[in-house]
Amino acid sequence: GRREGSGAMGGSASLIPRDLLGEYQELTFLSKQEILLAYKRFSELLPREERENACSVRVPKSHILTLPELRANPFQHRICHVFSTSETGDDSMSFEDFLDMLSVFSDSATSDIKSHYAFRIFDFDDDGTLDRKDLEQLVNCLTGQGEESRLSSAEMEQLIQNILDESDIDRDGTINMSEFQHVVSRSPDFASSFKIVL
Amino acid sequence: MAQPPSITLHVPEGTESDGQEPSPDNERALHTSFHQLILEQSSLIEADLELELQERDRDACAVAWPEPGQDEEHPSYSSASLQILASMPSRTIGRNLGAIISQCCNRTAQLRRRSTRPPLQQLSRAARPSLRQYDLEADPTRATLEDKRRQLVKELLSLSPSQCSHMLLTMPVSLVEKRILRRQLSRQRGPLRQRAHHRAPFSPCGWSKVYVLVSQGYRLLSLLRAAQPWHYALKQIGGRFGSSVLSYFLFLKTLVVLNFFSFLILLAFVVVPQAVYPPASVSPQPFTGLELLTGAGYFTRSLLYCGYYSNVTLNDPCPSSPEGSVCPLAAPVLPYNMPLAYLFSVGVSFLVTCVLLVYSVSRSFRGNVGSSKGDLAIKVFGAWDFKVIQRHSVKLQCENICTQLKELLVELRSRSRSRSCSQRLGHCIVMLLAWLLALGSALGCALAVHYFSQHMRMEQQARGSGRWQQEALLLVLPLVVSFLNALMPHLYNLLAMWEKQDSPVTQIYVAIFRNLILKTMVLILLCYQWLNWSVICSTEECWETCVGQDLYRFMVMDFIFALLDSLFGELLWRLILEKRLKTKQRPEFDIARNVLELIYGQTLTWLGVLFSPLLPAVQMLKLLLLFYIKKTSLMQNCQSPSKPWQASRMSTIFITLLCFPFFLGAAAFLSYTIWSVQPSETCGPFRGLGTIYQSGKRWVLVLEKSNPNITWFAWVHQHLLENTSILFLMSMAVIAVIYFNIQVVRGHRRVIRLLQEQIVNDGKDRTFLIEKLHSVYKWKDR
Repeated sequence: GRREGSGAMGGSASLIPRDLLGEYQELTFLSKQEILLAYKRFSELLPREERENACSVRVPKSHILTLPELRANPFQHRICHVFSTSETGDDSMSFEDFLDMLSVFSDSATSDIKSHYAFRIFDFDDDGTLDRKDLEQLVNCLTGQGEESRLSSAEMEQLIQNILDESDIDRDGTINMSEFQHVVSRSPDFASSFKIVL
Repeated sequence: MAQPPSITLHVPEGTESDGQEPSPDNERALHTSFHQLILEQSSLIEADLELELQERDRDACAVAWPEPGQDEEHPSYSSASLQILASMPSRTIGRNLGAIISQCCNRTAQLRRRSTRPPLQQLSRAARPSLRQYDLEADPTRATLEDKRRQLVKELLSLSPSQCSHMLLTMPVSLVEKRILRRQLSRQRGPLRQRAHHRAPFSPCGWSKVYVLVSQGYRLLSLLRAAQPWHYALKQIGGRFGSSVLSYFLFLKTLVVLNFFSFLILLAFVVVPQAVYPPASVSPQPFTGLELLTGAGYFTRSLLYCGYYSNVTLNDPCPSSPEGSVCPLAAPVLPYNMPLAYLFSVGVSFLVTCVLLVYSVSRSFRGNVGSSKGDLAIKVFGAWDFKVIQRHSVKLQCENICTQLKELLVELRSRSRSRSCSQRLGHCIVMLLAWLLALGSALGCALAVHYFSQHMRMEQQARGSGRWQQEALLLVLPLVVSFLNALMPHLYNLLAMWEKQDSPVTQIYVAIFRNLILKTMVLILLCYQWLNWSVICSTEECWETCVGQDLYRFMVMDFIFALLDSLFGELLWRLILEKRLKTKQRPEFDIARNVLELIYGQTLTWLGVLFSPLLPAVQMLKLLLLFYIKKTSLMQNCQSPSKPWQASRMSTIFITLLCFPFFLGAAAFLSYTIWSVQPSETCGPFRGLGTIYQSGKRWVLVLEKSNPNITWFAWVHQHLLENTSILFLMSMAVIAVIYFNIQVVRGHRRVIRLLQEQIVNDGKDRTFLIEKLHSVYKWKDR
């Protein structure tokens, strides 16, 4: 089929086939402009000779983490891990994984989708629930790596206990997906802060 | 009756892959890892080293080890029971693809059979299998991925096309998986398509043409959104300062949109017709630069003010015929009734603004109804603003979150500790004093403005008619009002610091409320002045033009003071902090104060639309300039905000404030002016009438006389619009609807409470069963 270009670049721009572009538009929350911009930024991460077939190449995690939107984010490794469909577990991302990530973080994604993926990002040990260790790691990511900006162990204990008291409805000591989505649905700021725009 | 669950140590298949690191999307790999785990552990159990393993594995958290928390409470869980725990539906939904697909399948099935409830026996549809008739072999969650996919495709095919595509879009699976499903759907729909050849072959879900058109429309809209000129600027601001400061600029953008629509309506129906047919008037005064500040002089007899507009029908073919008689000319050349057009355009622009505002308010309210319980959890889960991308800002955000969490924890600790009686009394007295001071100062400012304006009027009448002095005198009152508006909020901030409220959020609310009271009082006083014709202006002008000029001056002064505030408040303060005090701290952008300034400026525009139709254009220009000035000042001089700021809730509060006291007040002022105030005799489109509203009434009478068949229109007009009992009935209906909605919400809350209790009970059930399971295995191992 016909190919569509990103428009901003010159003759050396790589192109997405038109039917593929339409499919991406139907299956993600991104508009056509956003997909083309994503394609442009993704192909910039590749070496020059591989840019022609950017749709089928996987980019290693280290390259993805050079993007300015992810460079300083404390959850960068988790984001790559959650959205990567790599069979080898090296967290490399294909173009479709990249689009997936942008779709979830876009303006028009539903709050349900955002909370689902937020749960997966915060679940540091990938066991399907947020237990105490996950929560501790989460709070450490939020407060940063500096020594003076960490919570003391007593404060951490109090914080985690309070979080579990407020969100663990079935009292099993962990927060599962439904409980997380229930807590987050009450926060009006969540959807607007869980956004990355290219 | 129900058979007891057949619990056997069934290890699921998946022996191909081994040694892989489990990825959450790969079900097989996960079960394989458990398989390895179980083999490993069964050998250790035989060697009776179970307790040692528990200790070792608590450290190695790389492996997907379920329930280490419960581990500490129950240290001797057997591996088999742990394996069963790990494959519980509430756990697997968070981490494997098959469970997500099953859940989507159930949701789709529910969508399809929304009217009928599934019979209790058909438990195969439930995502969470009830213990009644539960059979591990027939468990749907143990079906393979391919089976689940097939079932989901089958369910999706039975949906309508729009529902199908919506379902695909909102499924939380990867894009690769969605494309596989889509391909399967198209393959299955393919043979159907040949049978139903009237259906347009667009996509696998068989979208109808209408839906495609609508989606194209949405794409166009999103294109418009992406092509906005401020997109990159807003991203820059959000990336450096986060959502809180961004909300100010988004509010500014909303105001630009509101003014744009008002401006369009007035331009098309009032300004352009009058510009094409200018009235025969005295030649205007020569243009000097001072007009831009005072709005007088050259601008007095121009399109800017109401007094310029004619009160006759423009382009009338029979201008000289007396009223009521028939004009002999056959073809009218599009006569245009100017007074009617003026009145209706102002009314319609207010109506459009009202609709847009109510829509914005309802949209932001929808996302904002939430209980205050769960503050800490919400704070932690929603704390990270992913929009912030600069390294330095990220570090600042981390520090801010740490500070806020520590403050919240301290507050929780102190809340649990009750305060002594004397402390509470002391705090009450301080609060009372602070409020008295704030209200007293607001009242004092209003009275000061009143007496000052009276003094200025007397000064003007007493002095000679030197033109420069006259113009300078005109500017003094706006200057004083803007100065008070700029100064008092800083004093209120100092007062709040002395008062020391419990939480910083309450502090912000209190500061906003005090600022609001001050601005409302000043505006009410000014409106009273204008209506009572006590505006300082020369006697040959009509009072509408005078009021319009006054409002123009107020708006210009407001803009100048916003500039000065950026200059002194931000630039100079930063230089002082840097050079003199040598600290690294920079001034912070006071969001609440700036937003209230915007609201105040917008209210001035709304108050003045009747007297000056081009005022929305002036306001739009002012807002555009303000955007760039504030943005530059922000980037150069300010630092990220350190206080907690719930951006979403604050945006809702601001848009509600814009709608309820201010827009409603402006609409009330406008209605009063139209219904009860006599227009001036010598100029303006309503000259000579008793009230402005009479032009509308006159038109209805003319219609009645010209065509006796439409007396029903006059009847409707008389009995519905002018009858107060209709308004009474309407307000009663609105109150009834609100009461009904409140009761529905209350009922929902009750149901939620009951469901939460049920979930807690289910959790207790689960704990009980896990204990029983463990004891069974322990007994078995013995």
